[in-house]
Amino acid sequence: MSAAHAYHSLPGPQDITRRQLDNGIVVLFRANFNSPSVVVSGYRSAGGLSDPEDRLGRAEFTAQSLLRGTQRYTFQELYDALESVGASLGFGGGAHTTSFGGTALVEDLDLLLDILAQAIEHPVFPVEQVERLRTQFLTSLAIRAQDTARMASMAFDRLVYARHPYSLPEDGFPETIQAIGRPDLLDFHRLGYGPRGLVIALVGAIQPQQAVEKIDRILGSWRNPDQIAVPDLPPLQRLPGVITDSVTIPGKSQADLVIGAAGPNRKAADYLAASLGNNILGQFGLMGRIGEVVREKAGLAYYADSSLGGGVGPGPWSISAGIDPANSERVIDLIRSEIRRFTNHRVTVDELADSSAHYVGRLPLSLESNYGVASALLALERYDLGLDYYQRYPSLVQSVTREDILAAARHYLDPDRLAIALAGS
Amino acid sequence: MPHTVTRYTLPNGLLVLLQEIHTAPLVSHWMWYRVGSRDEAPGMTGASHWVEHMQFKGTPRYPAGLLDRLISRQGGYWNASTFLDWTVYFATMPSDSIDLVLDLEADRMVASQFDTADFEAERTVIISERQGSENEPLFLLGEAVQAAAFQSHPYRHEVIGSLEDLQHIQRDDLYSHYRTYYRPDNAVLSIAGDFDTALMLERLHQLYDPIPVGGPPPRLAQPDPPLDQPQEVIVEGPGETTYLELAYRGPAAEHPDFWPMTVLDSLLSGASSPSLFGGGISNKTSRLYRALVEKEVAVGVSGDLLATFDPFIYSLGIVLPPDGNTEPALAAVDAEIARLQDSLPGNDEVQRALKQARALFAYSSESISHQASWMGFAELVSGYDWFATYLDRLAQVTPQDVQRVAREYLLPEQRILGLYLPTGEESELDD
Repeated sequence: MSAAHAYHSLPGPQDITRRQLDNGIVVLFRANFNSPSVVVSGYRSAGGLSDPEDRLGRAEFTAQSLLRGTQRYTFQELYDALESVGASLGFGGGAHTTSFGGTALVEDLDLLLDILAQAIEHPVFPVEQVERLRTQFLTSLAIRAQDTARMASMAFDRLVYARHPYSLPEDGFPETIQAIGRPDLLDFHRLGYGPRGLVIALVGAIQPQQAVEKIDRILGSWRNPDQIAVPDLPPLQRLPGVITDSVTIPGKSQADLVIGAAGPNRKAADYLAASLGNNILGQFGLMGRIGEVVREKAGLAYYADSSLGGGVGPGPWSISAGIDPANSERVIDLIRSEIRRFTNHRVTVDELADSSAHYVGRLPLSLESNYGVASALLALERYDLGLDYYQRYPSLVQSVTREDILAAARHYLDPDRLAIALAGS
Repeated sequence: MPHTVTRYTLPNGLLVLLQEIHTAPLVSHWMWYRVGSRDEAPGMTGASHWVEHMQFKGTPRYPAGLLDRLISRQGGYWNASTFLDWTVYFATMPSDSIDLVLDLEADRMVASQFDTADFEAERTVIISERQGSENEPLFLLGEAVQAAAFQSHPYRHEVIGSLEDLQHIQRDDLYSHYRTYYRPDNAVLSIAGDFDTALMLERLHQLYDPIPVGGPPPRLAQPDPPLDQPQEVIVEGPGETTYLELAYRGPAAEHPDFWPMTVLDSLLSGASSPSLFGGGISNKTSRLYRALVEKEVAVGVSGDLLATFDPFIYSLGIVLPPDGNTEPALAAVDAEIARLQDSLPGNDEVQRALKQARALFAYSSESISHQASWMGFAELVSGYDWFATYLDRLAQVTPQDVQRVAREYLLPEQRILGLYLPTGEESELDD
């Protein structure tokens, strides 16, 4: 084997270009000449948190409408241009942001950027297209109502985030989608979209200066004095005890179970400790301790794992499993026992060593593709991590102690204060 | 091709494909076995997939927990997949740790234990996996359509197997399936990444030369005769959404018609990548999207042409809006197929499909993992040249070819129409 140059290729200040344009747009770029393709992705602050309760889904509806027609192009012209060259571009609404992602051969980058700029700056929301999208949203919501994993997750959010905007689904409900009118979309675009808070990452086979110039040329003159600030999140209330909810969906063979509480946000000081702890709890190897107990030893689920959703706000720290409904009590008991163990005792020396090594070792793999690098660049900006974060990452991971993990586990998880949601027949 | 591929057969028949790529300190290792649901007799459906699960249960040298731990510790990613024609075990690792994967993959080619307790625990896990799939209307519809599309070919059953077989397969039967098909001369090993070819070959000789030739395993599959009449299958289930699947017998991956069918699919339902990682672009300018979604008789349409060893099916999937009717959707599909059969597509449309394929091919070749996957995948379904000449073969497709395959394959009298009809039961919150 050749000697490994383990971290020589990690993104860092030496090969990441970061520029803030005069209108506030932040551009991040890293070259990759190993592939003839290019990826553009990004986000804009303003998402579903701004949706009125009776118009839930407005941010998502707006995002999906951007490519339905612009001042210069019709819907078919936009997609004809993209699809004719094998390019793709899509938008999606989140709670805090609207995000986008696209890819093309590098020879078609100008076309991709032109359409991106048209879509975010000059959408026209054609009536016919809005109505067609509405029907598609309603179909998606009918499909969602049959999805045991989604319905369990929504029930979980209602429990954990009572009286908090995270309790509400960003894709809304049938009645709120029906209530959204074209003026709502126009308003949200006028007030929520603008250069402030817009971050664009570009990765691919061009030179850094070219990348920045291209973005500046298409979006550098954009101004929106009406752009409003993103609302703050209200405080979160502690769970009163173990609270449960279930959703009956007739005719389903498998039930989906979600157990947990709110976890840290991405900028929290104990985020990395919680993340490593979560890896030990329900990810490492074939799903960590949870997978070992529920799947490997008891054979009670095809999947049983944990996840930590920390982003801008306190995302969920949850354990999920797909189970035979007849086994639900047994699985819940097993998972609660594991949470109790996780919050009562430090993880073992070996467990921490394993997960730390895993975190450090997997970094090059997560940065293998242009999309992976673009996502990594966006995370740097979104969470103020610093351009040298990936080079500092191994030492940050290795500095987390067993005590740090126990403290984080106790801070966020309490076996006697949990939300338990189940969806199935 | 930007990188040279070394194709080498070890004395025991193991075919090795090696491609050095030094852009990142990673190596991606893919061990493919020529066994899948295609090799399963009635009563043993799901066996290949179950063997795949058992391959993670350890060997005397690499007990289950240790195996996961060693790979994960190095930051590697590993998993496996079972399909109609093959089973693959893949791992992408930091290059200085790849020897671990080389060693354990050689070890579990012959040394998996199939402990009875592990076997029984995995039975419930796989049944749970099947139950998860059964929650999906499209799985239920696809299973019914596949069963109708073939009379005796094993492609007629889903890879995961029937519930009845999963409840009754015994440990010794499964172990026998493993021993029958897990042989060096029934396998292809594709490796791409940051390694030295000569050193890699030397190591592979050390690891695999002690494993004897297995001899050709039995093959069950015989191509079915053509369907002689149209069929309609109806699946009823919960929900409010109606799904349609229209299936026609398609060409095998190595058949010359696979290429014009790829272009046909691109014209009808949009371009998609045949690679293992799938992917595609939006299809909003495809003929069927314009005819169905733009006309508001459907909310979504997709096409599926899989690269398979034997002829499988070419299928079109359609999602109807709430309260949508099947008749106008079917009439629109029929009209578009007839248009393709009756009128030559423009050369610009065919060239457009080629450009789309070139872009998708570039995206799907972007990473070291994808390169290793492509090499082995192509070898399994046809031969390495299938990958190397993929774009050249597509470039030779003419509008006449596309029209011809439309006329030969998309025959109304050989169509299976699958309908998922919702019973309208809604979910309820329990207080």
